[in-house]
Amino acid sequence: MSSMVEIRWHGRGGQGAKTASLALADAAFESGKYVQGFPEYGPERMGAPITAYNRISDERTSLHSNIYEPDFVVVVDATLLDAVAVTSGLKKEGAIVINTKKSPEEVKPQLEGYQGKVYTIDASSIAEEELGNRSLSNTTMLGAVVAVSKCLPADKFLTDVKVSLEHKFASKPHVIEKNMKALERGMKEVKA
Amino acid sequence: MAAKSIRERLSGNEAIATAMKQVNPHVVAAYPITPSTEVVHYFAQYAADGEVDTEFVAVESEHSAMSACIGAQAAGARSATVTSACGLALMWELLYVASGHRLPVTLAVINRALSGPININNDHSDSMGARDSGWIQLYSENNQEAYDNYLMSLRIGEHKDVLLPVMTCQDGFITSHAIENIELLETADVQKFVGKYSPERHLIDGKPMSVGPYDTVMYYFEHQYQRAQAMNGAKKVILDVFKEFGELTGRKYDLFEQYKMEDAERAIVVLNSSAGTAKFVCDKLRAQGEKVGVLKLRVFRPFPMEEIAKALSHVKAVAVMDKADCFSAMGGPVFADVRSACYGLKDRPLMINFIYGLGGRDVTIENMEHVYASLSEVIKTGNTDNFYRHVGVRGV
Repeated sequence: MSSMVEIRWHGRGGQGAKTASLALADAAFESGKYVQGFPEYGPERMGAPITAYNRISDERTSLHSNIYEPDFVVVVDATLLDAVAVTSGLKKEGAIVINTKKSPEEVKPQLEGYQGKVYTIDASSIAEEELGNRSLSNTTMLGAVVAVSKCLPADKFLTDVKVSLEHKFASKPHVIEKNMKALERGMKEVKA
Repeated sequence: MAAKSIRERLSGNEAIATAMKQVNPHVVAAYPITPSTEVVHYFAQYAADGEVDTEFVAVESEHSAMSACIGAQAAGARSATVTSACGLALMWELLYVASGHRLPVTLAVINRALSGPININNDHSDSMGARDSGWIQLYSENNQEAYDNYLMSLRIGEHKDVLLPVMTCQDGFITSHAIENIELLETADVQKFVGKYSPERHLIDGKPMSVGPYDTVMYYFEHQYQRAQAMNGAKKVILDVFKEFGELTGRKYDLFEQYKMEDAERAIVVLNSSAGTAKFVCDKLRAQGEKVGVLKLRVFRPFPMEEIAKALSHVKAVAVMDKADCFSAMGGPVFADVRSACYGLKDRPLMINFIYGLGGRDVTIENMEHVYASLSEVIKTGNTDNFYRHVGVRGV
């Protein structure tokens, strides 16, 4: 049971937090893990705060509740820091990863005294540079959380995501390289 | 001999769509409704892409979906549909028509709360309301059980000693939209397992017959008696099919699952996804030396009365969980049946009821801990006057 990693994603409707949680479940599955990837459905609309979850473990878990004490939290949209208690229940041995231009020190005052590690990454700018669209930051955030949590071996993760993208974008091969670049930059540029 | 297993990850909806594709029914008539919509999308795509031979009928309502399935099944076709919540409610009239005419239609229910007020999330008010419609009901903890139950549902319903429609239920969103690991069968093995559908008689078999004419006072009662007899006899067929499926897949199922029940003094009776959460909490308390167990119902219609009574006979106190209220002012539907099943026991366990998780209210570890703690209190006092309880509702 101690081998189980629980991750909670916070985003706004339309930003791809759910898609990223499913992509992480896919990659973890390819690594031979047991996975859960599921969204919490509230009022589904563009811009509304949404939550998605991952459980990754070596044995199948029978637990089917939401995650209240995550090991890691990913915040896809920093405007949520003032709207949602993103660090609620977050383990202090864990970490939070936030998409923002600010440094970890600069965002700490917004985290209600969270004692664990704080990581930031400017995923929206990376998305703009690599994919031409600031709102496609979820790929970069996926890379960042895998790097921070070390829940999957990095090399295998990159290969698995590439295979998955090749399948998904079979008719648009140019998209694959760009997404891989955005993902790798997420893994490298996330900072504590 | 065990069949080859394919390791996959699918949501509960994808699992049902995959099972339906592998079965390749003659007719699927369906109308989309959240959270079962995805299954209709996937299947319509399979039909459009020629991945199945199915006649896909894009009907204009669930009433028509069930009507089309009934007509097709009466004409000798294996027919199937999928729905949730108000969609199932709109089928209501036809549910009885399907079972009353002994037509083994299969229906995947993705459980969702009935309106009103409107809510798209999970509870069991839809299928629990349909529990007396003459359909066999199987419940599924996760995507794997949803897939397995669906494949077995055809064999159960179509068996000549049963000839009743079957609904396979799983929790909307909680399992229908959650990606989890799953082991699939190869399509050839599915085809072999479900076999060819060959009813003894049907509308277009060349020998003129009628289906659905007025059933007079002279005959109606006898037909109802026969329908009840079919349900009475279904248990044996269900066990045979479970056994055969277990030999094929290595996944052994029973009428219900007994989890750490051998020496349990306190037990939770529950069905669908929350059974998994109950098992998780059971493990946690067992590690602290507490004698707790979980009885997970899988077959709710027919209701395995004798077996449940036997399984609970040694338990001191039982909490029956209901994710639907039936507004009888005496607890939920599962509670009514479990308590009734235990009436004949010489030493009956103390028994209380919890209504939980309505309209998608998350069912937490703390909820299940509260239920087990309540059972300790009941054992201490021996008092069950306050048997009709709620967990997870604010202000109670």
